Amino acid sequence: MSFPWAKHYQPTTTFGRYLDAKLPLPRFIYDSVGAGYPAPKNLNYFYNFGFLAGAALMIQIITGIVLAMHYRADTSLAFDSVEHIMRDVNSGWLIRYMHAVGASFFFAVVYIHIFRGLYYGSYKAPREVLWMLGVVILLLMMAAAFMGYVLVWGQMSFWGATVITNLFSAVPYVGETLHTWLLGGFAADNATLNRFFSLHYLLPFVILGVIILHVWALHIPGSNNPTGVDVKGPQDTVPFHPYYTAKDFFGLSVYLMLFAGVVCFLPNALGEPDNYIPANPLATPAEIVPEWYLLPFYAILKSFTVDFLFIPAKLWGVLAMVSAIALLFFLPWLDTSPVRSNTYRPLNRIFFWVLVADCLVLGYCGGHPPVEPLVRIGQLAAAYYFAHFLLIVPFVARIEKPLPLPHSINEAVLGKESKTGAPIGLQPPGYNETPAGTLGSGGATPQPAE
Amino acid sequence: MATQHSDDLTESGERRRDFIYIATGAFAAAGAATVLWPLINQMNPSADVLALASIDVDLAAIQPGQAIVVSWRGKPVFARHLTPAEIAAANKVDVASLRDPQTLAQRTKPGQTQWLITLGVCTHLGCVPLGAREGENKGEFGGYFCPCHGSQYDTAARIRKGPAPRNLEVPVYSFKSPTSVTIG
Amino acid sequence: MVRLGAFGVGLLFVVTLLWAAVQPRDPVQPDPVEKYHLAPVAIDWSWRGPGNAGIFGTFDRAQLQRGFAVYKGICSACHAIHRVAFRDLADIGFTAPQIKALAKEYDIPSIDDKTGEPSTRKGLPSDKFPLIYPNEIAARAAQNGALPPDLSLITKAREGGANYVHSLITGYRDAPKDWQVPDGLYYNPYFRSLNVAMPPPLSGDGQIEYADGTKATKDQMARDVATFLTWTAEPKLEARRSTGVAAVLFLAALSVLAYLSYVRVWADIKHPKAGAVPAE
Repeated sequence: MSFPWAKHYQPTTTFGRYLDAKLPLPRFIYDSVGAGYPAPKNLNYFYNFGFLAGAALMIQIITGIVLAMHYRADTSLAFDSVEHIMRDVNSGWLIRYMHAVGASFFFAVVYIHIFRGLYYGSYKAPREVLWMLGVVILLLMMAAAFMGYVLVWGQMSFWGATVITNLFSAVPYVGETLHTWLLGGFAADNATLNRFFSLHYLLPFVILGVIILHVWALHIPGSNNPTGVDVKGPQDTVPFHPYYTAKDFFGLSVYLMLFAGVVCFLPNALGEPDNYIPANPLATPAEIVPEWYLLPFYAILKSFTVDFLFIPAKLWGVLAMVSAIALLFFLPWLDTSPVRSNTYRPLNRIFFWVLVADCLVLGYCGGHPPVEPLVRIGQLAAAYYFAHFLLIVPFVARIEKPLPLPHSINEAVLGKESKTGAPIGLQPPGYNETPAGTLGSGGATPQPAE
Repeated sequence: MATQHSDDLTESGERRRDFIYIATGAFAAAGAATVLWPLINQMNPSADVLALASIDVDLAAIQPGQAIVVSWRGKPVFARHLTPAEIAAANKVDVASLRDPQTLAQRTKPGQTQWLITLGVCTHLGCVPLGAREGENKGEFGGYFCPCHGSQYDTAARIRKGPAPRNLEVPVYSFKSPTSVTIG
Repeated sequence: MVRLGAFGVGLLFVVTLLWAAVQPRDPVQPDPVEKYHLAPVAIDWSWRGPGNAGIFGTFDRAQLQRGFAVYKGICSACHAIHRVAFRDLADIGFTAPQIKALAKEYDIPSIDDKTGEPSTRKGLPSDKFPLIYPNEIAARAAQNGALPPDLSLITKAREGGANYVHSLITGYRDAPKDWQVPDGLYYNPYFRSLNVAMPPPLSGDGQIEYADGTKATKDQMARDVATFLTWTAEPKLEARRSTGVAAVLFLAALSVLAYLSYVRVWADIKHPKAGAVPAE
């Protein structure tokens, strides 16, 4: 009901009216993902990935609950219990591979979702909080994925846990204390495994909660769109249902087809062979690498090789890795350009694609042993990463001359772009005149459609 | 639904549109149901559990009047070597008067009536009856006595008194030799 | 304010990274192992199906049984397959009596039911293949300091999988002149450190007498045992592939239907008819 022309829920049956008076759940669904939510009519396939991320989380939660029925969080039993699932539990191999591959797919979908947001300026006002909640989700996902990987208690699990928890020892003064507290001992052991299992079970539900906030925050201003131009009237939107439910369902079907293909034909392609060796605290594998989705951040960590300005290299690395994600929180205020979509930002668009390539380079460097020239390449790529967000984006916003914007979404869709272009500005006239809020505003009495 | 604005479609167009929606929905429902099965089936016993479903028990060391308790499928099994007096006592009972009418012969293997092999699980609510181990209360009928709710079993492990509805269950078993059986 | 702070922080990180990047690097000694180490030779496997693609292929039961014979006759002297149960051999074509008889050949750690002392009993189909050594210390003590890994998961635990196993056990050769092989170790270019403690397991043709009459060449034995170890690591491989084929085909059909539905739903918006009422 963020737009005055949004359709209103009208229960048709007696039971529907009764339920609407007591628990307006159908109204809530209607308003948030039903016909009552008007969405811009020009959303492309990149806008499917938010829904797909939700679907990926549901797959993780369902398969995860099943796995927890058979998994044993004990250092002497964990690896065996995973193999028990793979060999003896009915369809256990399928469920476990779905969970392992599902984590990779979840991250792939979320990264595409994030880069879509970056390209179309979805982080800009009025969607800053929506964006920041998304960054929170990303952080929680990383924590959940890392702890889930440890649960297997293979070589890479154990040494990954050792290396990552060691990062906390870089904190000045309290580092060692913090490190020991985190592990519940002086090395990763039973206490560590048990708390990771507990938290790994908890975090997905926390993520689910933040996703609800994320969707709530989305429904206040409504979806952004590839033009970045605000919705101006009913001609710019279509009801979410059936238009985008049909599109999302098609996207889901294609996604599941790819997912099934990887689960059934290449289940270990994204994993490390070392993790099929039970954990051995006395022998480190030749190379310790995290799963692919954490590699760019791992590369940033590894790139700080010298002490500088009285700060040891290790602390630099940890600070930089944390900052690499934390800076995303500030992005809405770093990019001051009044134009959202990179479609109309010729200069920023170039830097966007450089960033995409930069992240791929970082990922490559993160996954390979530290030999020249990879270390230098990694350092330059890491430098670009920070320069991009902290130096280039604010600067480009000042000097760039955007292309003319379409007057409206409808005009852009119909291809009748005016030569003159619309006045550049974020707030469309009359935008804030309607009371915002989808959740919690479902009154008991149906309001008449306008 | 989209059908609400199909007024401007021809009749044949409307039918084809509905067909695609119905087919898509039916396909999706079939797919969801197929995915549901492994999620349900994973809670059934796993292959290693099923592999333990049958065990071999050596009876040679059990003296007449004694019994042993072995674990089978996670439940106790009583293997009792009946004395001639216990066999006689069991055969003397009027079968028609029993709550769960069975003769001793029906509850043992032909020619091996001295070997009474039953589950050690009371048919009332699943407690383990006393009487298999030396010195335990065998109840009024000299068989087994369930301490939970006082069910009394006779020397053929038939229910005689108390709340249990049926005799102690006889598992599927067969003699491999005169003194060893395979249960399950 | 945000932009000013960001500028400072950004500059700090960038300068630090550039400073690190311009530091001179110590000259790197080339790792001598790199010079001789070889990647496993990729060969075509029957169970990888047409095109070695790994989409359709199934295991050849006869080959699995030959591979098991090689494992039992040669590898099992030092290597366990402790994650495999005797009952699992039904999958590779053993009958129930054969499995029972085979299990009986093995002693399984147990407890004497009279004295309660540790003891052994005859294996049952439900048992797993027993460990060769009770623990790592015992294994190293018996093996001159080396640890023969459990082979149940070996093809998943090594880069190259079955190719690696095949290359390793057929890859022994004389060490190059400038390569030192310590006493008691053997040169093998496919092994990570080139010096492997395992003596060449395959001595020559005919080392194993195959029940099905296949000629037991070294290459044949290596292929068979690598296939067997692929099965021990991934016993559900065939079910996985057939599930995959069915799932992908089903979802492809569903995607086509979903696409048609999507196009139909959007027909009014994408191609508005003259005079048609828009969907809103």
